[in-house]
Amino acid sequence: MKSQSDDTRPFSVMVHKEIADHIRSWRFAILIALIVLTFIASMYVSLANIKSAIGNTNDPDHVFLYLKLLTTTDNSIPPFHVFLSFLAPLLGISLGFDAINSEQNSGTLTRLMAQPIYRDNLLLAKFVSALVIVSGLFLALALLMIGGGLVLTGVRMEPQELIRIFGFIVITIAYVAFWLSLSIMLSILFKQAATSALTAIGIWLFFTIFYQIVINVVVKSFLPDPALLSQAQVIYYNDLILNLLRVAPNQLYSDAITTLLMPSVRSLGPVTMEQMAGAIPSPLPFKESVMIVWPQVSGLIASTVGCFALAYFLFMRREIRS
Amino acid sequence: MKDPIIQLKGLTKQYGCLKAVDDLNLDVYKGEIFGLLGPNGAGKTTTILMMLGLTDPTSGTACVCGHNATSSPIKVKKKVGYMPDSVGFYDNMTALENLIYIGRLNGVPENELQTRAAGVLEIVGLAADKHKKTSAFSRGMKQRLGLADVLIKNPDVIILDEPTLGIDPTGVRDFLALIKQLSQKQGLTVLLSSHHLHHVQQVCDRVGIFVNGKLLAQGDIGALSGQLFGTDGHITSITVKQAITQPWLLEPELKQWEAIKQITINKNELEFTCSRDITPSLVRLFVEKEYDVIGVHQKNYGLDDIYQKYFESNRTEI
Repeated sequence: MKSQSDDTRPFSVMVHKEIADHIRSWRFAILIALIVLTFIASMYVSLANIKSAIGNTNDPDHVFLYLKLLTTTDNSIPPFHVFLSFLAPLLGISLGFDAINSEQNSGTLTRLMAQPIYRDNLLLAKFVSALVIVSGLFLALALLMIGGGLVLTGVRMEPQELIRIFGFIVITIAYVAFWLSLSIMLSILFKQAATSALTAIGIWLFFTIFYQIVINVVVKSFLPDPALLSQAQVIYYNDLILNLLRVAPNQLYSDAITTLLMPSVRSLGPVTMEQMAGAIPSPLPFKESVMIVWPQVSGLIASTVGCFALAYFLFMRREIRS
Repeated sequence: MKDPIIQLKGLTKQYGCLKAVDDLNLDVYKGEIFGLLGPNGAGKTTTILMMLGLTDPTSGTACVCGHNATSSPIKVKKKVGYMPDSVGFYDNMTALENLIYIGRLNGVPENELQTRAAGVLEIVGLAADKHKKTSAFSRGMKQRLGLADVLIKNPDVIILDEPTLGIDPTGVRDFLALIKQLSQKQGLTVLLSSHHLHHVQQVCDRVGIFVNGKLLAQGDIGALSGQLFGTDGHITSITVKQAITQPWLLEPELKQWEAIKQITINKNELEFTCSRDITPSLVRLFVEKEYDVIGVHQKNYGLDDIYQKYFESNRTEI
């Protein structure tokens, strides 16, 4: 018992210190401001349009007021969850890109490593502290939104809505965690903080902008003319393209989020007429939505773990000198 | 018989085809100040990193405080305080906060932490600056804070890598005096590396000369000069008032002394190279023979000469 508390104590000390550092840093203040601003802007737009969205009885989701708050827009600005698919990577990258190399450059890493702590505890502390902060931030925003919605509309909240919103938060945190672990890995790989930041931003830009274009170009070059293909073949190629696109973490994230926030989404791929026959356009229960996005969520978590494992591998046996 | 607290056996570190540390055997005993002396790039820092388990040796073992530094670094690091050559602190924290953080990481109980941190700051003379941000610290202050940082964990051994680098001469003197004092008061074992021989000479009980990954010689300064200059270690030079004329009358008589190896005469200055210390009998002889002795100088080899000699012999090898 005693030995266990001895082992975990340095870890919690490090997490405390890292959290304090993040909170006091200007960088984090700016990021919070950015996210809070987009949150307010998208809430403002969705509140302005909420009446028509709720009144639209053709939409099977119209009963979910709080989910509508997160997803409704008049197309002047994107809804909050789309904003997040851009901002969450930025958040993850900026909290992690100088995790190790700034300590190394300022000479504190050697000093820290000369203390009786496990090396992996340092990495884990960097990761956990940033995640704790991000979770706190998103949780606060979600609760603010729910509370604000309650006060402004007075509509009772469905339990399912609460679960879905928390699911959305959890997946967003997992998405930030992926970018965080990627940028921590890069901060071990590169000695200069600027290099690792640029590389991380490069990867982010590649996946958000260029990846789809690249896939389209590549697929078009060897795809046969769709007019000559049977229906089964068309579906096969379509699946292939979708699966290739799902290598990009932002695709996984937006798939998962869309399904969770719009309960009527039944499938993320093409659906044949036979499959649709007899289906009533109604919202799915939460469990079914989770079943649809489970591959996406596990993909996100797997890539997070993969990056983190690589970071461990790079860091554990490395020679630490300033 | 004293037990070595640091024991390096056949320690080797290879970077590609470069051998940074080559088959190093070294014992450091409890309570002594050992100076690791060598030029830049001799492998001093690499050796220290291997002692702390911060890098793995290619072969050989490093045993510190009875623990193998490679396989159980945590146990070693609990007992050993290490101050790196370019010690850095968290700039956004004050000196006290930096210390408390390290104290917490070392598991110092929370109720003792404040007093202990204040205590070590007092020892290193930074008590007045404890609420200053470390970004405002000068190099000398950082170095002293680094020492406080090492002391807060109550170590058995402290390892200082180039502790005198970049501090002004008064700062160096104070710093070294502090180290000496700590070693005597608390019975600390100190291993310090430096390329500044004078600094090492001032405080170290024993010195190891380290060039190109090899420990060329070790021992106290007297033993080193003995090792280096062999039997012709004692040189006495006597200056007399009257000029000595060649051939000198006393020379044949002195040549009979078995201890004297060589006599060099330079006007009124005579230099005797002897196998042992015979200065008193030489002086007595001169007084008897009615020479007016105006100066007697016994030449001891300093670290400077030792260092120089090693580097010269090393250079010619290459």
